[in-house]
Amino acid sequence: MDRVPILKIGPTLFVSIQIDLQDQSVVQLQEDLAEELVATRATGVIIDITAVEIVDSFIGRMLATIGSISRLFDAETVLVGMRPAVAITLVELGLSLDGVRTALDAEQGLRMLNGHS
Amino acid sequence: MDELTIESGDDVVRVRQQVRAAAADTGLSLVDQTKVVTAASELARNALVHAGGGMARVEVAESAAGRTGIRVTFTDEGPGIPDVDLALTDGWTTGDGLGLGLSGARRLVDEFELVSKPGAGTSVVVAKWSR
Amino acid sequence: MADLLRTNQAKLLDRWHDTLSATVRGRLSEDELRSELADLYDLVLRAMSGADETANGELRASLVALSRSRARSGFSPSETALAVFSLKDAVYEFVADAAEMVPEYLTFSRMIDDLGLHTFEAYAATREEIIRQQADAMLELSTPVVRLWDGIIAVPLVGTLDSARAQLVMEKMLDALVSTGSSHAVIDITGVPTVDTEVAQHLLKTVMAARLLGAQCTICGIRPQIAHTIVSLGIEFGDIATKATLADALAHALSVTGLKVVPA
Repeated sequence: MDRVPILKIGPTLFVSIQIDLQDQSVVQLQEDLAEELVATRATGVIIDITAVEIVDSFIGRMLATIGSISRLFDAETVLVGMRPAVAITLVELGLSLDGVRTALDAEQGLRMLNGHS
Repeated sequence: MDELTIESGDDVVRVRQQVRAAAADTGLSLVDQTKVVTAASELARNALVHAGGGMARVEVAESAAGRTGIRVTFTDEGPGIPDVDLALTDGWTTGDGLGLGLSGARRLVDEFELVSKPGAGTSVVVAKWSR
Repeated sequence: MADLLRTNQAKLLDRWHDTLSATVRGRLSEDELRSELADLYDLVLRAMSGADETANGELRASLVALSRSRARSGFSPSETALAVFSLKDAVYEFVADAAEMVPEYLTFSRMIDDLGLHTFEAYAATREEIIRQQADAMLELSTPVVRLWDGIIAVPLVGTLDSARAQLVMEKMLDALVSTGSSHAVIDITGVPTVDTEVAQHLLKTVMAARLLGAQCTICGIRPQIAHTIVSLGIEFGDIATKATLADALAHALSVTGLKVVPA
């Protein structure tokens, strides 16, 4: 099972989702992220889903959970790089992804995080 | 036409890939492909989570009006859905569980047919046609 | 009947051609018409003699091709079907005096009727296809997306916002947000004649999709006439900024993105 790498740049953690995540990888990612947040005292998390072609309610829940986990450790999460086709589908599906902030790309995401520190 | 067993999360991914390949072949637009694959993912996961597994059949088909597209059939031998109408009504919520998967998936496809009886399993047939 | 057609091929073809050449009116050359009819005649003969299994399919396919080209050349549906029906007239001249040929002629006539209708259907289908293509082209043309400023795009909507157009608007707007790296979109509905709950739903979905891409939206161009309708229908735009004019929306978008316009 491939673990999703978590990079640290300054006070921000970067998670880039490249592959089709399923059950164990999702739980592993959430655990790894929690550990990193504690270890690094990071204040921001950027989740890059530029490479993600499908977001169903399962992945949607994962993203919302990651947002909640970050908040527990006083960190802000920003979801970046959503594809237009995915956004249109999510809206039709009825997934509102409340509680997860979004930005067009990592650069704008960082600007959003820094505006709040 | 392809038949796939759904017994694990890996199988859900496989169903997605199969549906995606078939959808691309029939000339569906990118947005329509994304919608039907997402719907298939929801339904496959439903079968896995609520029925302990099931089957998916992907086939290229033609609509009544003569447009090409794909049809995906999901069957399971699970407990069935006691109140289908209730399961299909759902607003814009982030709720999890059976409700969101079904009604959300229905909005994503052109045709949606569900047959389910408690104790007799469930069958869902969805179709998406090219414009 | 097949024998009759075979023996009198040249004469029948001439009669057939003569009946039609008056109606062609320059849209088809003499040679084109002759060769078209000759090919069809051969196929009819093959189909009638029953020896060839593929003849029927080929004949029907030929008629579809004929319809398509007629439809695109501006022939009317009747003119197109007439091309097939007039073969009956040509043949009738040859059997008019032969009473024993009546049953065979009737069968032949029915076959030609069926082919004529098939031709008509194919013609209609082609026209529908042309209309659909034109509608698509019109849809594309009437959905422009412009860049108002760095990070701000505008989508002026003109015409009724039905679900087909709403889908296209959403796709074009989102693609533009990505390609221009914008964080704000102004949706101008000045050109939308009515705003009912369905239109409001489309607008809401569009704004929600833009939000998932990190962009804010401002809706402007709400005319006084439709303001009343919106309120009485109970449509709530919630936390989506709504402005009367594009100018107001631009000023709002600029301030939200941290910009200010000052005199030089």
